[in-house]
Amino acid sequence: MAPLHFQTIAELSGRLARRELTAVELIQSLIARTRALEPRLHAFNSFDEADALAQATASDARRAAGQVRGPLDGIPIGLKDVIAVTGQPLTASSKILQNFVSPYDATVTRKLKDAGAVLFGRLNCDEFAMGSSNENSAFGPAGNPWDTTRVPGGSSGGSAAALAAGEVIASLGSDTGGSIRQPAALCGLVGLKPTYGLVSRYGLVAYASSLDQIGPFGRTTEDIALVLRAIAGHDPLDSTSFKAEVPDYRAALAGPAPRRIGIPKEYFGEGLDPEIAAAVEDAVKFYRDRGCEVKEVSLPHTRYCLDAYYVIATAEASSNLARFDGVRYGHRSKAATDAIDLYAKSRAEGFGAEVKRRIILGTYVLSSGYYDAYYLRAQKVRTLIRQDFLQAFTEVDALLTPTSPVPAFKIGEKADPLAMYLLDIYTIGVNLAGLPAASVPCGFTSGGLPIGLQLIGQPFKEADLLALAHTYEQAHEWTRRHPAL
Amino acid sequence: MDFEAVIGLEVHVQIKAASKMFTRVATGYGEPPNTLTDPTVLALPGALPVLNKAALDAIIKTGLMLDCEIATVTRWDRKNYFYPDSPKNYQLSQYDQPVCRHGAVEIELPGASLAVMGEHKKIELTRIHLEEDVGKLNHETNDSLIDYNRAGTPLMEIVTEPVIRSADEAFAFLTSLRQSLIYAGISDCDMEKGQMRCDANISIRRVGETKLGTKVELKNLNSISYVRDGIVTEIKRQINVATSGGTIVQETRLYDGETGRSASMRSKEMAHDYRYFPDPDLMPVRIDAEWKTRLAAELPERPFAKQTRFIEQLGLPYSAASVLVRDRALADFFEAAVKLGAKPTAAANWITNDLLRDLAAANLALAASKVTAAHIAGLVALVEQGAVSSSQAKEIFADMFQTGDQAAAVADRKGLRQSSDTGALEGWCATAIANDAKSADQVRSGNAKAINALKGAVMKLSAGKANPKLVDDILRRLLVG
Repeated sequence: MAPLHFQTIAELSGRLARRELTAVELIQSLIARTRALEPRLHAFNSFDEADALAQATASDARRAAGQVRGPLDGIPIGLKDVIAVTGQPLTASSKILQNFVSPYDATVTRKLKDAGAVLFGRLNCDEFAMGSSNENSAFGPAGNPWDTTRVPGGSSGGSAAALAAGEVIASLGSDTGGSIRQPAALCGLVGLKPTYGLVSRYGLVAYASSLDQIGPFGRTTEDIALVLRAIAGHDPLDSTSFKAEVPDYRAALAGPAPRRIGIPKEYFGEGLDPEIAAAVEDAVKFYRDRGCEVKEVSLPHTRYCLDAYYVIATAEASSNLARFDGVRYGHRSKAATDAIDLYAKSRAEGFGAEVKRRIILGTYVLSSGYYDAYYLRAQKVRTLIRQDFLQAFTEVDALLTPTSPVPAFKIGEKADPLAMYLLDIYTIGVNLAGLPAASVPCGFTSGGLPIGLQLIGQPFKEADLLALAHTYEQAHEWTRRHPAL
Repeated sequence: MDFEAVIGLEVHVQIKAASKMFTRVATGYGEPPNTLTDPTVLALPGALPVLNKAALDAIIKTGLMLDCEIATVTRWDRKNYFYPDSPKNYQLSQYDQPVCRHGAVEIELPGASLAVMGEHKKIELTRIHLEEDVGKLNHETNDSLIDYNRAGTPLMEIVTEPVIRSADEAFAFLTSLRQSLIYAGISDCDMEKGQMRCDANISIRRVGETKLGTKVELKNLNSISYVRDGIVTEIKRQINVATSGGTIVQETRLYDGETGRSASMRSKEMAHDYRYFPDPDLMPVRIDAEWKTRLAAELPERPFAKQTRFIEQLGLPYSAASVLVRDRALADFFEAAVKLGAKPTAAANWITNDLLRDLAAANLALAASKVTAAHIAGLVALVEQGAVSSSQAKEIFADMFQTGDQAAAVADRKGLRQSSDTGALEGWCATAIANDAKSADQVRSGNAKAINALKGAVMKLSAGKANPKLVDDILRRLLVG
């Protein structure tokens, strides 16, 4: 059996139930490990040991009183530092929110609390979730547990790194253009970007509202199923949240998985690392050998995904981030002389380069005279991209692609923003189309770095998607490998 | 050379709603600063808006009442601009898919006198859309304090076509709009509380020209009278500029109703680029026929329709009808009295003359009146039956107003009933004739007017209780035969 810190929710909740372990012992073990690893890893922006211990103590008390709230009760789960937790910092890895403490809970936070989870730490990320490497954090990059000189991926890099390193048992991230799937791939984890609207965004610091979605990182699809069950469902506080019953995703893992798999030909072109291509082809072979019908499909508008994404996402971001102005909360410049100066200086001092770049781009594409040429056009392209996917789903049940074109790269290696944007080419289309997609470990490079396989499902069919991923996971050892830290 | 004015109005009206437009926080006025807030109102990181359907109901009802086209799909846009009273630095508003388009407000211009109906016109509307209000800045010596209590309160913006031609028309427009909104319970339109605010776009041109002149926006018009005064002042200013060879510049001016002066606030060069785009946090809303039908059923009779009905069906004079319909509660009060059997003209007279006068003198609202529709009906009935004289009725009314007793009870308590007892009346008449032989002779010899002296004497003898009609009959019978 793996050491405590590398066990799954499923394993640990069994041990807690059998009284082989207490929630306090579990969190104490993780706190000790976190203290030891953080100087090298920097997966956390902050963690509140006393608060985590108090939650664990309460969980043990519930268990003693026979009032266990389910499989997550007592399980330490980390949250990306863009998800609000009452009384805890909410920095979005930005200097502009450096000293901000949230006075309220995000809906996912409340749901995890209701499920008895021990919420542990504020996990590092790219500033305002903008980035693909976690290097845009105002508080410094997180390291990849498989090689701490490398990035864990972004923007939910801290959520992936903390879990891969065994500092938490599961974590939540947010995914606007691949920010859960890409770090999951680079850190050897399962990561799920749910269908847009399945999980409430209330309390998630907004980057691009029409694309953002909160989702779980887990060691296994089973853990993903358990966390998703807890956080999904209609929220009256989020008007874009979907009204539907939340299925028992864990039970669905054992059920029949989709049998018709599409391989989008546009996803296997230039820029794809050969070792990743080979690993993904092995996965294709696996499904074919298991009797699945595998066929090539086309998503003809794929080449416009990045362009449409950077117009829509930055347009929304320029508006969403306008509230960070130094007036009500967050950083306020001490040098300001009047209201306009207060905005200009507070924002100039508070935001990092990538955030400023995107705000400027977004302001430009929305400005009068350019709206039709950029924003409106990008929305039309978005519709075509979504139609591509829905057309493909008339022939197949799920799509299989690489998650990232490259494995984890060195911190500081990619200095060109445009080169960085290209890392999201396989993940962005899913956000534009609002679909669910998971990244599942599918091997390692010769250099020992994890490789991820992306499975894309139909809207609100997470149960099918997870069942498909589960089939693969069960037949492979990848999820049982852990970094030596 | 004659000039004419071209005026368009933009009216902001706070919708009467229990909670704010995009959260469940209560709306209110006069609460301690920043108590009516939550994460959404304060635009905390992560907070999201959720539409309050009551605000949408209110604007749909307004649109139905003003004959607007109601959108089948409506959505919300972000209007981006930085200002400290705007917590998100964008305002949720409606850009290209407002709830209401077109429609009109019927207005009545002042007539030749209060007794004569003035000309009716229709002022066409461009659109009515929903948006949220902002907070309030309080500037102190070195600090600016912000109160976000008002932020997020549902507002309607009602925009007219540039078809208003005078300050009087603008005044009539606002009066009529206000009346309709209050009738339907959409807003109290209390301008002192900022529930109704108006901006006017004013330009002038030479009579006969069709091209629009350079427009000036007049802001901060916070009473209907200020709107009228501000427009008059601005038209004069523009004509002065034009006739003295100057150029009218496109600008926004602030009008101060206290001093009657306006000053430039900003010129066109500083116009904002609002970067409107559809709010991705809010879903478009489909408004179906069933929804509209349900709301249409809740609409009140329109004020001018009521006025016409009062005149044509109930036989009221224009002056009384126009007073009664000014306030829906007053019109309802009147109709209740009629329903209880009161003759409409008599009831209208009591209400518009006596009741309103006494309420005003006592500084009371109609709702606080001890005199109810039933009191009016009772009093009218006493007069109709001939049980009390008109002067007795006045006395009864004054008593009812103070005590709240019903008319009949007051009449009984004070012994204020006319005597129709023929025996007593004949006795008083005979006495009067005996006491004033001169007048009696004059009547006998054909001077009809002389009967009045005798009637006066009878009233005196009866301490005012004699029924004048019967006295007249008896005197004529006794004298002329």
